[in-house]
Amino acid sequence: MALLAAAEVAIERGERRLLHGVNLSVDSGQVWQVLGANGVGKSSLLRALAGLARLGVEGSISRFEPLLYLAHAPAIKGALSPFENLRCHPACDIISTRAQIELALQAVQLRGFEDQPVGSLSAGQQRRVALARLLLSDARLWLLDEPFTALDRSGCEWLEECVRRHVGAGGAVIFTSHQPSRFGELQQDLDLAHYAVS
Amino acid sequence: MLSADRPHLSLLAAFGRQFRRHGQALMASLAEVANPLLFFFMVVTLFPLGLGPDPTQLAAMAPGVLWVVALLASLMVSARMFASDFEDGSLEQMALAAHPLAVLALGEVVAHWLATGFLLALVSPLFALMLGLPSQGLGVLVVSLLLGTLCLTLIGAVGSALTVSIRRGGLLLSLLIIPLNVPVLIFGTAAVTEAVRGGDPSTWLALMGALAAGMLALVPLAVGAALRISLDS
Repeated sequence: MALLAAAEVAIERGERRLLHGVNLSVDSGQVWQVLGANGVGKSSLLRALAGLARLGVEGSISRFEPLLYLAHAPAIKGALSPFENLRCHPACDIISTRAQIELALQAVQLRGFEDQPVGSLSAGQQRRVALARLLLSDARLWLLDEPFTALDRSGCEWLEECVRRHVGAGGAVIFTSHQPSRFGELQQDLDLAHYAVS
Repeated sequence: MLSADRPHLSLLAAFGRQFRRHGQALMASLAEVANPLLFFFMVVTLFPLGLGPDPTQLAAMAPGVLWVVALLASLMVSARMFASDFEDGSLEQMALAAHPLAVLALGEVVAHWLATGFLLALVSPLFALMLGLPSQGLGVLVVSLLLGTLCLTLIGAVGSALTVSIRRGGLLLSLLIIPLNVPVLIFGTAAVTEAVRGGDPSTWLALMGALAAGMLALVPLAVGAALRISLDS
């Protein structure tokens, strides 16, 4: 089942054209890693796929299912606790019970930090709060921009496991990362070097 | 995780959640809430020092002074209304939500108004007494400020949404919204002056009420559209 289709997508930022001719079709069960050097337009492409950027984006992008987009900026409020951040997350439209949120926080090893302001946690822990949202969403397609940043080894392993389970259950994931392949056979690469405008 | 069996959020609940999120973030930084009140207090204490302590002169100027200071206080805080949401990525997530951006933004605007304009209106009689405003004007001052600051906050929300992605957009914001604030200022001062004179201020208050109601209906749409434009750059 197709979750997202992009045809002949071109992306401009400012006066400069970054990418052209990007074709992508994402089906359920697939993991796509977007590769490319710094500044090639990985984040811009993800924003365009999510539907956030329309200015400077040409071509057609069809989204068939609700998606979850996790940007560099984690969309969490430093003044609020991890619990409140997850309960009042602006993009999440399903209702989670207290137990479900606590379970998600436990999964990202933030048990005991539920009621501390997120601002007082470390960068990696803040990242974990943002990632805990993956467990509280019913979106089939995940767009993750550098999800492994600031995570320690166990965090990375947890996230890999989480992606595998999501894909196994019929979801799909597009993520950017500079790390070498993490998902082996499961994964397909989208190398933006082929689409860069030189 | 795919969990399609969980209940979905109603529109009203989405509004309430955004209201709660923004309200809690505001409450956590008391300085941000106290700032406009402190500004109001300082300016009001400076006026008698500059104009001289003649009570009749101060009382005659009080409605205008109080309203101008309220307008400036509101301008000062509305510039940052969506700034933190833009910086931490919350705005992007609001734009991706299943519910209309206009409704989510209205939740924030209302929380913002309660923490700034509403509080300011409630404590305004204290400042009015410092300027010697006759007591028959106090009630009307509070009512006019309640309606007026709501209008000012809504106008400020449009300006803030339009300029949030611009670095140092403060000056542009002032240029954009001060002209729009003028009618509110005129109605507000007219209502209080009328009440002090012993007349009937209800015409002015009705005009302000109509303005506030109209804006509550239309401004969220403008804010939603403006936020999308700001995110799109």
